Amino acid sequence: MKNNNSIIETKNINFYYGDFRALIDVTMGFERNKVTALIGPSGCGKSTLLRLLNRMNDLIGRTRVEGEVIFEGKNIYDPGVDPVDIRRRIGMVFQKPNPFPKSIFDNITYGPRLTGIKDKSTLEALVEQSLKQASLWDEAKDILGQSAMMLSGGQQQRLCIARALAMKPEILLMDEPTSALDPISTAKIEELIEELKKDYTIIIVTHNMQQAARISDYTGFFYLGKLIEYNPAEKLFTNPEVSQTEDYITGRFG
Amino acid sequence: MKWRYFKQNLFFSLSRLCALILAVAIGGFLIYILVNGISAINWGFLTQPPQDSMTKGGIMPAILGTFYLTVGALITALPLGIASAIYLSEYAKEGPVIRIIRIGVNCLAGVPSIVFGLFGLGLFVVFLQFGSCILSGSLTLGFLILPTIIGASEEALKAVPQTFREASLGLGVSKWQTILRIVLPNALPGILTGSILGIGRAAGETAPIMFTAAAFFTAKLPTSIFDEVMALPYHVYVLATAGTHIEETRQIQYGTVLVLVGLVLSIDLIAIVIRSYIRKRKRW
Repeated sequence: MKNNNSIIETKNINFYYGDFRALIDVTMGFERNKVTALIGPSGCGKSTLLRLLNRMNDLIGRTRVEGEVIFEGKNIYDPGVDPVDIRRRIGMVFQKPNPFPKSIFDNITYGPRLTGIKDKSTLEALVEQSLKQASLWDEAKDILGQSAMMLSGGQQQRLCIARALAMKPEILLMDEPTSALDPISTAKIEELIEELKKDYTIIIVTHNMQQAARISDYTGFFYLGKLIEYNPAEKLFTNPEVSQTEDYITGRFG
Repeated sequence: MKWRYFKQNLFFSLSRLCALILAVAIGGFLIYILVNGISAINWGFLTQPPQDSMTKGGIMPAILGTFYLTVGALITALPLGIASAIYLSEYAKEGPVIRIIRIGVNCLAGVPSIVFGLFGLGLFVVFLQFGSCILSGSLTLGFLILPTIIGASEEALKAVPQTFREASLGLGVSKWQTILRIVLPNALPGILTGSILGIGRAAGETAPIMFTAAAFFTAKLPTSIFDEVMALPYHVYVLATAGTHIEETRQIQYGTVLVLVGLVLSIDLIAIVIRSYIRKRKRW
């Protein structure tokens, strides 16, 4: 499937952990201001692909990338590209909520401060805006000085989203952001994702097919390192083109 | 059923006994030093230089000397040790070079302290012509405690959850800033533990400073890092072996040991207080 309004796209991506080829010739585009879900059984390469998109895989030793990831007309794997710049513009939310052992306020201002924002009122405004966007403001506005570790798991994850948003990224990558959360917290995050796609492009890896069906506009199904099917979520979940997709979403394997 | 409880109780009792033996040994040692040394301690003992061939007077120059040497050793070993640990834990890729460095660090930890003393004599005192002084002694003691500091710091850095690093790097923060702002602050309690062990060792060693810093006797207080100093452990050694008035100085020897132990324990205490304060603030 080809998107015409892609903000980021992969071209014939192969990825190796040592000798193991984790991704095989993956070519896919991600549309601006949409939610794209990546699904598939464990070890299918969906998280690997997600982490390729902001070069988080650079941090793992003995890996190799072939192919290109085009972000706004430039290959982010070109030698001259600084991965730090890429990660500022393509934010990430992880599987387990991972706030820093700092105050809520300092968690959010940590990144922006290091980009040179020093002015206190600017930082305060940024904290309020980010927390509101992550719908955590009402719960957190009176305890901004308290440790983020005191928040519940769901609140911590929304804080992590707020922290990522404070860097004003264009794309938000989410790696199974609700897999460590209870159903109510999960519902809140799903609502939030719906809200956020107005301003951001969201790419989410999930193990939960209902979740992918509920929140995504496009869904890609991965199996053994290959992109098997990539279609609008409605089509993929009701009338899949490939029989392997159908087997997976109907629970026959995986 | 009964047999199982018996075995369980037996094992608990045995391990309790072992812990008790340890506590009694340490307690016994401290009490022995205290009982024998306390009568020597008075204001004059702590504030005056030795007099009458060291059979009278105090040990103030030695207290000050040991303090300078220990602080100097920390100033030498902490930056060097922490920087090495950062390299080993955060930057170095596993391979033969790293393995050799690690083996080197471990070997360094096992080198007898007199060898450090001779090394310091050769390098700092003679070759670099610093002479026998605070600087040479501090550098020598610094190298002596370096493996302890590196080991503890590396462990502490490795204990910082990987998710913190990911979170920071994922925000587009550089690796160096991530280490500086996230990894190091969270590793600080562990690094301080290493420093505590280092302080104890640096303050108590005699052999490394024998040729590099310690003076048999000097009433003059050091005015620069190129001055020779008296030091508590060396003072005890001198009084107990080289003195011609061993009986007359017995009291002073016990007193000196008591002061040395007290000094080490109080430096430890400060570090422990700082560590627990940091730990209380950082929870994950």
